[in-house]
Amino acid sequence: MQKIGVFVCHCGTNIAGTVNIDEVVENAKHEPGVKYVAEYPYMCSEAGQSMVQKAIDEHDLSGIVISACSPRMHETTFRRAAARTKLNPFMLEMANIREQCSWVHKDKEEATNKAHALTRAAIAKVHHNTPLFPGESPVTKRALVIGGGIAGVSCALDIAEAGFVVDIVESTPSIGGKMAQLDKTFPTLDCSACILTPKMVDAQFHENINIHTYSEIESVEGFVGDFTITIRKKARSVDMKKCTGCGACYDKCPIKKIPGEFDEGLGMRTAIYTPFAQAIPNVPVIDREHCLKFKTGKCGLCETVCAPDAIDFEQEDELITEKYGAVIIATGITPISLDKFGEYAYTSPDVITSLEFERMTNAAGPTKGELIRISDKKKPKSITFIQCVGSRDVAVRSKTYCSKICCMYTAKHAMLVKDKYPDIEVNVFYIDVRTPGKNFDEFYRRAVEEYGVNYIKGQVGKVVDNGDSLWIQAVDMLDNKQIKTKTDLIVLATAIEPVKSVRNIAGMLSASIDTNNFMTEAHPKLKPVESPTAGVFLAGACQGPKDIPETVAGAGATAAKVIGLLAKDKLITNPCIADLDPYYCNGCSACEKVCPYGAISYEDTEINDHGKKAIRRIAVINKALCQGCGACVVTCPSGAMDLLGFSNRQITAEVDAICR
Amino acid sequence: MHIQNDYADQIRLISGSQDLKCMKCGRCSASCPQYEEMDVRPHQFVSYLQRGDIDALMDCESIWKCLSCFACVERCPRDVKPARLIEAARLLRIRRQSDDEFITPEQVPALLELDPDIPQQLLASVFRKYVK
Ligand SMILES: Cc1cc2nc3c(=O)[nH]c(=O)nc-3n(C[C@H](O)[C@H](O)[C@H](O)COP(=O)(O)OP(=O)(O)OC[C@H]3O[C@@H](n4cnc5c(N)ncnc54)[C@H](O)[C@@H]3O)c2cc1C
Ligand code: SF4
Ligand code: SF4
Ligand code: SF4
Ligand code: SF4
Repeated sequence: MQKIGVFVCHCGTNIAGTVNIDEVVENAKHEPGVKYVAEYPYMCSEAGQSMVQKAIDEHDLSGIVISACSPRMHETTFRRAAARTKLNPFMLEMANIREQCSWVHKDKEEATNKAHALTRAAIAKVHHNTPLFPGESPVTKRALVIGGGIAGVSCALDIAEAGFVVDIVESTPSIGGKMAQLDKTFPTLDCSACILTPKMVDAQFHENINIHTYSEIESVEGFVGDFTITIRKKARSVDMKKCTGCGACYDKCPIKKIPGEFDEGLGMRTAIYTPFAQAIPNVPVIDREHCLKFKTGKCGLCETVCAPDAIDFEQEDELITEKYGAVIIATGITPISLDKFGEYAYTSPDVITSLEFERMTNAAGPTKGELIRISDKKKPKSITFIQCVGSRDVAVRSKTYCSKICCMYTAKHAMLVKDKYPDIEVNVFYIDVRTPGKNFDEFYRRAVEEYGVNYIKGQVGKVVDNGDSLWIQAVDMLDNKQIKTKTDLIVLATAIEPVKSVRNIAGMLSASIDTNNFMTEAHPKLKPVESPTAGVFLAGACQGPKDIPETVAGAGATAAKVIGLLAKDKLITNPCIADLDPYYCNGCSACEKVCPYGAISYEDTEINDHGKKAIRRIAVINKALCQGCGACVVTCPSGAMDLLGFSNRQITAEVDAICR
Repeated sequence: MHIQNDYADQIRLISGSQDLKCMKCGRCSASCPQYEEMDVRPHQFVSYLQRGDIDALMDCESIWKCLSCFACVERCPRDVKPARLIEAARLLRIRRQSDDEFITPEQVPALLELDPDIPQQLLASVFRKYVK
């Protein structure tokens, strides 16, 4: 018979306000096996924990029940307290009388009865608890960063600086992400490329960093500390080792009219291309969909002009499999599609998105930084910016959230226009101007006060392209006037959303995403850079709209957490894993099929069945791989599988106690 | 602000309009083809309802000026439905009238002769009410 101690916590008034603690204590005293019962206002406090420890020693307790909050909250706290005594920490159970009881009930009597039932169940479970001993698992001292934007690059640099090897997997031909496409950046108006490219170069030459561009994640196996990940390096058709980046190939390529992704379709690229001049690596790729050689078998001009003989039409995708201790998701954002926004006439060449504007105002962009109407190449006399396009909108085509960065970049765009062309009239239609942040509001006010940008509180209802100009119907809410006017160029501050492929990535890594496809943090405040899945971390705008300062600060925090993990030699594993009774197992393979972690295999084993020795095929659990999910337990038709710490006997005892 | 009174609640009930969702962006008024003709503008319909100032809404010119084109409903980013709201105000206005204020079908041609500019909605509404 166990000697059980029960400790009931008031949690201030959190529990005691709804649950009659004295009654719970009194009832617990009469439960079988209970030798000691105590209550305390804050059991998790130093004094509360000492009280528990003292009681274990003084009353020689063999098991304890803490009736308090959720095990998610404080099970670890109390297990640590138990570990400071002679008690095995797994001889402890929590009865959750806060989240599942006092917080959800109003009626005191009802809540008290439930608190008693939950406590009773935990006591019944402890009777069947056995001491458990955590194992250890290795930590592969290598990290994988998915996404080579500013988040991925700065996170990788921080981890590499701490002495760990980091691989970056980037789906496009170059690292850099959205920041590489930007012209100047708020709130300082410093040139984006000037601050980004040195970081990209640092990453390229860092001895601890390997960059796989034009690559994607193929498959993921394993768990924290010991992931096995396969990366597909798509065929570039150019030998990375031989290419010198001279550019002779794309100068000669006859296919010249492919809308370039990097220039948001405003500029054209060739079939063999590097997305931009400072691309890293500076090695072109052949876009096989458009290349003549791949389409017709003829051409091969690039091969002829390539001096180091780097063109390789036969190159195939390469699969690389590597082990990692931690994975960082940094897949970033992209503007939403405006196909369904007919009222803004986005099909007109003179109605552009903000990202297109970035390319247009960029000296290295398709217009060499000259601001023109794409339709007639004329300089606009007036430009209209429309904020919140597709943001803060409950319609299916839109996003309900505020994209957060557009108020600031619109102020930036307006100032960039005024700085270069003071004679252009600039109007901005806004719902609210949201500019919290260091020097942010001052930045926006400069647009109004120093540059004379005209901010109009209101929205545009309709845009019509008249050929030589754009007609708009809008409203000025403060004047209560409808505005019908002409403008030459319209820039839509388009909502941003996570990239589509993140769903697939999250699926492979069992990391969760929210309804908007943003990655979910393990805790919104206290674990802001961890995913709920151990060993999977988050960085940058894939978590939610973020500007560059926030992205870089967050990526540093992510790196710190990853370094903390990789610095460990071993991880303590959860001992609550599957447990096989070999006498019951008939080797049917049902459990192997359901195990999501591939932790089960089969071995021919000698079984001594009541003195009769026989070789039988039975299941073997890989203790390092098993995560204790219990899928095998419920699947096993012979009842051979059980879960340590949550055995069938324990669960049945709990249910019986509740129903008593 | 979200004043509740009988008329306001009736308008909410009839129209399914969710005035609290309005963020005063003005896209409804920016889209409205009848804006210039209206004394109370589409985004203001919502403010009047929020203030519970339904008498003013029922007395305004706009309830007869709205074309029911539903541009505002289509464009509103918060699904507030200003046109349905003003339609509800129009209905309430009609219901509030006493029985002898309604016209008979026989009176319609004569009325049109008298004033060819008489708002179609007005005719349709009072007539509909009469035959019901
Ligand atoms: C028009 C515009 C103007 C802006 N102006 C400013 C400004 O002035 N100042 C400022 O602070 N911020 C600005 N921003 C915000 C800034 O761009 C973001 O904060 C920043 O890009 C976020 O970085 P990131 O690395 O998280 O994401 P990204 O820059 O989006 O990078 C993500 C990377 O991951 C890669 N990737 C995606 N999916 C996969 C996959 N499945 N496998 C492998 N790789 C993948 C992408 O190709 C990309 O390279 C602006 C944004 C826009 C749209
Ligand atoms: S072979 Fe293809 S990539 Fe090379 S030059 Fe010809 S079309 Fe361009
Ligand atoms: S940041 Fe500004 S422009 Fe962008 S969605 Fe939010 S309020 Fe609208
Ligand atoms: S339905 Fe009425 S209020 Fe709405 S846009 Fe049309 S005319 Fe204006
Ligand atoms: S469009 Fe909708 S949210 Fe905007 S002011 Fe009109 S009713 Fe309100």
